Amino acid sequence: MIDRQDSDDILAYAVRLGDDALVLGQRISEWVSNGPFLEEDIAYANVALDFLGRARMYYRYAADLARDGRDEDHFAYRRNEREFTNLLIYELPRGDFAFSQVRQLFVDLYNTGFLAGLGTSEDPQLAAIAAKTAKETRYHLRRSREWVLRLGDGTRESHSRTQKAVNELWGYTHELFDVDPLEQRLAARGVAVDNRMLRPAWYQAVSRVLDEATLEIPGDDWAVRGGRDGYHTESLGHLLTELQYIHRCYPGCCW
Amino acid sequence: MTRETLELFEVFVRPRRGLDHKHVGSLHAQDHAQALEYARDCYTRRGEGVSIWVVRSTDICASQEEDVESFIDPSEDKPYRLATYYRLPDPVDNM
Amino acid sequence: MGGNSDQAELERQFQQRIDDDIKIEPKDWMPDAYRENLIRQISQHAHSEVIGMQPEGNYITRAPSLRRKLILLSKVQDEAGHGLYLYSASETLGISRLELIEALQSGAAKYASIFNYPTQTWGDVGAIGWLVDGAAICNQVSLQRTSYGPYARGMIRICKEESFHQRQGYEIMLALARGSDEQRQMAQDSLNRFYWPALMMFGPHDGESAHSAQSMRWKIKRETNDALRQKFIDQTVPQIEFLGLDHPDRDISWNESRGHYDHGEIDWHEFYSVINGNGHCNRQRLQHHIRAHQEGEWVRDALAAYQEKQRQRDCQDPD
Repeated sequence: MIDRQDSDDILAYAVRLGDDALVLGQRISEWVSNGPFLEEDIAYANVALDFLGRARMYYRYAADLARDGRDEDHFAYRRNEREFTNLLIYELPRGDFAFSQVRQLFVDLYNTGFLAGLGTSEDPQLAAIAAKTAKETRYHLRRSREWVLRLGDGTRESHSRTQKAVNELWGYTHELFDVDPLEQRLAARGVAVDNRMLRPAWYQAVSRVLDEATLEIPGDDWAVRGGRDGYHTESLGHLLTELQYIHRCYPGCCW
Repeated sequence: MTRETLELFEVFVRPRRGLDHKHVGSLHAQDHAQALEYARDCYTRRGEGVSIWVVRSTDICASQEEDVESFIDPSEDKPYRLATYYRLPDPVDNM
Repeated sequence: MGGNSDQAELERQFQQRIDDDIKIEPKDWMPDAYRENLIRQISQHAHSEVIGMQPEGNYITRAPSLRRKLILLSKVQDEAGHGLYLYSASETLGISRLELIEALQSGAAKYASIFNYPTQTWGDVGAIGWLVDGAAICNQVSLQRTSYGPYARGMIRICKEESFHQRQGYEIMLALARGSDEQRQMAQDSLNRFYWPALMMFGPHDGESAHSAQSMRWKIKRETNDALRQKFIDQTVPQIEFLGLDHPDRDISWNESRGHYDHGEIDWHEFYSVINGNGHCNRQRLQHHIRAHQEGEWVRDALAAYQEKQRQRDCQDPD
């Protein structure tokens, strides 16, 4: 039986997964008309569309559970920096093309394990979203893996840009594998994924790609955390300012 | 300074099982693997295909316009190779 | 002498093909001027799609709902795709994409001047989809019958995909027109600013259009600027009425005997002024394109270097 506590927990869980997808989709969409060539513009836009579509699926499910009039746009447009619960790695500014592709590799590999786990969730809605999005992630990973190989093992400049991106992002990857009390409760009921279990496979896969790309894995000497508690980097506020500007300028309007 | 580093590939898409691959256009990519991925993103955004071929444009060997007379035209005088050449008796209306 | 008469005979046969509505294909003989004219028109069209990503792209990160964001992003992505199809068609004429991009960035090649106008409000995104894409579609539908095969095929594909672009724009306008007072004002303001520039997209009057007559003879263009413009004006009147907005042209009136709407004169001074560099975004659009291209150079170089390394590895280890 799903009781009230479960339902609130699942709602919060769906919202944080929606936040992850929305914030990264927004970042990727910033690449449109800024890519290195036209084909890549088109291809990367497809990835952005996948993440934005994912955000809608999670938010809609949250809205269904909330049953208080909040809709998908409420979750996306009417919450502030402290209320967003995405992981920090998703919100970091897009940086150069190497930075975006290394982030993409890290989160695609993470999502490979995460969505496989969520696909077996006791919650049928979450399991259905996972089944659909896992297919997308397989393709995203194919792209990001190849990009990191090509950039890492390309020219001296591309190698150093890519290594720099790995170094700058590494401290944000630890948070991917944290589990807070809410996720522990849901994981115990077979609803949420226990992210702690995902790290070994992720680490192994990342090592393999970076190794092949002639890149080095940095030391674990720093780690930034806090996304799930709404404790964000300064960049999220700017991202939301842009994302929410029109919607908030005209409260209560339909578009 | 700037130079064309990417190669031109021709893209062929099979719209449905049971149909031939059809030429749909071209794109730029570094190699076959990348060309195949971009073909998927650039030419099948609306589910236009179930299978994709990519071929380096320089690998295509094409008949030449000036060869048409010797190469293509001669088949035109072999109407007996076409079904429409043969008149069937009316009772046998389909063959 | 013999050479000249051979040339004349080839040109006669070529024109005969065109007159017989036989498509011209890449390997066919064609007059140099036909080839140049096509490259100019197709590449201008391609550049317009690519530069056209910017004014609407300006609102992807700010779209006021998730649904609108997804639609707008797909639409702008389609523009990139259409640019790609058209660059493909140009490349069949023996010019490389790099040469085309250099011509765009140096200012030698043009793109549709409509994209030199700024998108200031969300209403502009609606007006562009509805009016600018609407005008472009009028032109493109007629170009599906253009004489050059690869261009015609590209147009067919583009028209099929673009049918949703105009609709999504009109849907944005409809939501605004049915919304709050502020939203209605936004819609009217965008209509006012984009209506006339959309009419200018069809180009100068037929008598003043530099390439028109020859392009019609070669069936590169299939309908004249003025005929297409009239079609667009006629179809837009009821659309504006349905939105309940004021028509920006005070002189618009139905002419029973012509079977068309009479309309006010276009401000050609503005048209040439914007083309000649006085639009709000002329410099910005090109600078954006140049910057993105330059920032992408190290990425393209990396691809080339990686491939070269792969090739060498394959040579050393044939298995």
